[in-house]
Amino acid sequence: MFGKLTLSAFLHGPIETVPQLMIVGGALGALALLTYFRLWGWFYREWLTTVDHKKIAVMYFILAGVMLLRGAVDAAMMRVQQAIAVPGSEGYLSPDHYAQIFTAHGVIMIFFVAMPFMFALINLATPLLIGARDVAYPFLNSLSFWLTVAGAVLINLSLVVGEFAATGWLAYPPLSELAYSPGVGVDYYIWALQIAGVGTLLAGINFIATIIKMRAPGMTMMRMPIFAWTTLASMILVVFAFPILTVTLALLGLDRTLGMHFFTTELGGNAMMYVNLIWAWGHPEVYILILPAFGIFSEIVPVFSRKRLFGYTSMVVATMCIAVLSFLVWVHHFFTMGASANVNAFFGIMTMVIAIPTGVKVFNWLFTMFRGRITFETPMLWFMGFLSTFILGGMSGVLMSIPGIDFQVHNSLFLVAHFHNMIIGGVLFGFFAGFAYWFPKLFGFRLNERLGKYAFWCWLIGFLTAFVPLYALGLMGATRRLNVVDPSWQPLFIVAAVGLCIIAAGIFLQALQLFVSIRDRKQNPAGNDPWGGRTLEWSVSSPPPAHNFAAIPHIYSRDAFWNYKEDGGGMEVGPAHGEIEMPTQTIVGVLISLCALALGFAAVWHIWWLAALALAAIVACLIARSFETNIEEKITV
Amino acid sequence: MLELFPVLDPKGVIALAERGLMFQALGFMLIVAIPVYFLLFFFAYKYRASNKKAKYSPNWEHGRMEELVWWVIPLEVVLVLGALTWGSTHELHPPKPLAGGDPLIIQVVALDWKWLFIYPEQGIATVNYLHMPVNRPVEFRITSDAPMNSFWIPQLGGQIYAMTGMVTALNLMATEPGAYAGASANYSGEGFATMKFTAWAVTPEEFDAWVGRIKASPETLSWEKYKELVEPSSSVPQTFYAAIAPGLFDSVLMQFMDAHNPTGHSH
Amino acid sequence: MSNHNTTDKVSFGFWAYLMSDAVLFAGLFATYAVLQGQVFGGYGIGDIVDIPFVAVESVLLLASSFTIGLALLAARHGKRALALSALLITLALGLGFLGMEVHEFAALIGEGQGPDKSAFLSAFFTLLGTHGLHVALGSLWMVVLMAHIAFKGLTEGVLRKLTCLALFWHFLDVIWIFIFTIVYMLGAL
Repeated sequence: MFGKLTLSAFLHGPIETVPQLMIVGGALGALALLTYFRLWGWFYREWLTTVDHKKIAVMYFILAGVMLLRGAVDAAMMRVQQAIAVPGSEGYLSPDHYAQIFTAHGVIMIFFVAMPFMFALINLATPLLIGARDVAYPFLNSLSFWLTVAGAVLINLSLVVGEFAATGWLAYPPLSELAYSPGVGVDYYIWALQIAGVGTLLAGINFIATIIKMRAPGMTMMRMPIFAWTTLASMILVVFAFPILTVTLALLGLDRTLGMHFFTTELGGNAMMYVNLIWAWGHPEVYILILPAFGIFSEIVPVFSRKRLFGYTSMVVATMCIAVLSFLVWVHHFFTMGASANVNAFFGIMTMVIAIPTGVKVFNWLFTMFRGRITFETPMLWFMGFLSTFILGGMSGVLMSIPGIDFQVHNSLFLVAHFHNMIIGGVLFGFFAGFAYWFPKLFGFRLNERLGKYAFWCWLIGFLTAFVPLYALGLMGATRRLNVVDPSWQPLFIVAAVGLCIIAAGIFLQALQLFVSIRDRKQNPAGNDPWGGRTLEWSVSSPPPAHNFAAIPHIYSRDAFWNYKEDGGGMEVGPAHGEIEMPTQTIVGVLISLCALALGFAAVWHIWWLAALALAAIVACLIARSFETNIEEKITV
Repeated sequence: MLELFPVLDPKGVIALAERGLMFQALGFMLIVAIPVYFLLFFFAYKYRASNKKAKYSPNWEHGRMEELVWWVIPLEVVLVLGALTWGSTHELHPPKPLAGGDPLIIQVVALDWKWLFIYPEQGIATVNYLHMPVNRPVEFRITSDAPMNSFWIPQLGGQIYAMTGMVTALNLMATEPGAYAGASANYSGEGFATMKFTAWAVTPEEFDAWVGRIKASPETLSWEKYKELVEPSSSVPQTFYAAIAPGLFDSVLMQFMDAHNPTGHSH
Repeated sequence: MSNHNTTDKVSFGFWAYLMSDAVLFAGLFATYAVLQGQVFGGYGIGDIVDIPFVAVESVLLLASSFTIGLALLAARHGKRALALSALLITLALGLGFLGMEVHEFAALIGEGQGPDKSAFLSAFFTLLGTHGLHVALGSLWMVVLMAHIAFKGLTEGVLRKLTCLALFWHFLDVIWIFIFTIVYMLGAL
């Protein structure tokens, strides 16, 4: 009846019971609050059924924020373990539990923090930047978000029922095969990522169509803000890369569920093929995340330098070069797998070639600042923090692109320091900058600047304190994923743990900033254009109306709104007239995602009747949706 | 100071060359990175809004010459580094035999969670313990009877993966006598952190004497003993075997190969 | 927003989806190529290929591509009955193809040569099975669309859906041609 699921799956040791209770308690608490304050109707009308890209952006922000807390707790548990565990005194986590934590940390931070954070910003900004009233397929947008939520719920469910993968975030076989990981952990991993991955793929298609098909009249491709360009490049990468992830995880799932032999050690399975496939997705994924961050900086630097972006064409060319090259470098993640010298050298050099367009971007930002009038509000501070750490990460990256050097630092904490350098200093700082920049537009009031600056300094100093020691530890011979460390490394691990505490202070200050800013919202209205913006989103009210633009503007130049403010050129806004067709709200996205969650859970535990039922329900939802006639409604402005 | 960092404190030809490569590449990159840092902070300071004396050109957005320069600067650096990469990758290719005479062959099997070292010419084997003569090339032939691991002795040279059903090769040569730490660098399960070994580099005479001592020790490694050893275990003490089952390494490999069609070609 | 714009947007998005699906199949083809020789005493592709059988499968699928084209043409000219009957024939051809594939799979599994027998068989079943699953989903979609046409007539929205389905069906045909060439033809050599 319940497949492999038995009561013992709910029973854990004391350390696992705490998060188990927190998750169950948190979920019940949220339901209780909604019920007590009679908010169900509001929740249903305003959030569950919404197809408004701005509200979906808010929900993506919340998802990313909640999961950031979960991922940070995982990080803290690892830092504490490595700071205290030496041979003879093995710390407070069992090796298996430690492995589940570092796996969950990686998976959550990439798939359920960075990706939702990115989609929050893309949802929030893209339609406004290109003068559109919504995305190309509003229903799919809602579905994408709720599928991501279903994946996130499934991964957190693994804390309550059963276990999570103990394999590292990419679940290399044969370790992730049934022979070495007989539990349900890897199955949770596969299904959580598959469900969220479908959501991501749909979102990718959605935003490509939005940018190509829905630009305001007169906004040629070469008049688009750079953020729209980088989003386009990133979403193209999604469409080409995510199917590879889908295939790879599906094949691993077939091995584990139907006894096939794609990556097993027996009967001809080939684990090296998995490593190739997963990185053929994994490397583009890095650029899927960083390109939008580059785009955000390309919006912010001109605004806060009060000057046009330098080298627009170069920026566009560089972005597209990076997107293409990102598919030609995947082997650099495993120079140590024994490929020929020619292959290793080729992929090493291709990796360096990416440094050329990236370098061009850096110079263009610098020369946007040159002869500007720069002010250092929080978004610009994040840019300064980004560039000063990014150069460091870029250098360690180029070092590792040389196979002869990579042999000595691969799989060491040097590598761990490098990719955190890129993902925290690059991606996350970029997203924080975008959050601080567009927050007033989305909510209509400003964030508290002082607390924002404090949070920035905590993040920057905390990041350096936490990860510079990891570079050093790598050169000391410390490999990644150790639950017990050499006593001579302990001092640096303790420094790294202190660094994490400083980052935690930064997170706390960000939460406080939100609280204070919401409390004082009446005193700090944003106005339409709080930063002296250059692009269309600043031409409408904050928050923008549901339909964004009462009349779609006609665009005559880049920085259209800036030119409009200067001399009335740049854009033309006709009178708003009559009726606008807006997509109607729908609950179908939530329903399908609930079924997908049930399907994933059933497949993890081999409860096949439930899986079949959930699948049938998804098909039924889709058929019902296809018969829906009033998918658009008219509103009058 | 450097002795704190095994990767930067080489005791073998390969590790030395790899460190040299690292310093060289770092040097080239600093040529660009230092000016970028300088420009970032200089521009941020000079063109701050409160400095009204600084020139302000709000509409300056394009310069053919300038942009050409910063496409060319990184290109030049990459050209130099690319040439360095092409040459060094062939030079430091792990299977490439080293100069310095006939290599000592050591077969390596990664197990859950210990390392088995087989000396086929000497007919002995060890667990979590390596002995090798100094200044003589050593050719490691590496496989696995467990999830993927990575064989790494930082002070002697870079790592290479250990995988079931295939052999990877790594050539190293110690140039100074001493005891060097080795480990697995690729996560392979619960006992991974304890998968450590010591690699001793000794004079040829001492090496021969050591082989003699091991040959006189009581334990031998039969196939049955091997199958016991394969069972997962952590923190395994150093163990020595005076004799090994003939063709042990090949038998380990063949477990994962197609006995009907070992070359893997379609028929 | 005019209906023309919506059609434009939808077919653009559908093309993007087909691109991603093509990448998915590219992954499966690559896997098949890598694992082709790993037979481990089980059947190799030479033991499976039955050219006349595959030829019939191919004819069914290619013919169905033709008939769905007819259905689209008829629908665009507002000929509801003709469109419905062409779709019905397409559906029959598609189901015929699926029946043959299921028969082939069942026979192999009956002979003890299931997907768990070797890496080659895993890759074989998965590549063909994924294509077959697409055909099955396409058939289900076709049934739904026939209901649309029957109940709602040939509205703009229905035509849009039918265009997407026809694209999807042709796409599956192209994938089949690749399967036919790479798996069966090269396997028979």
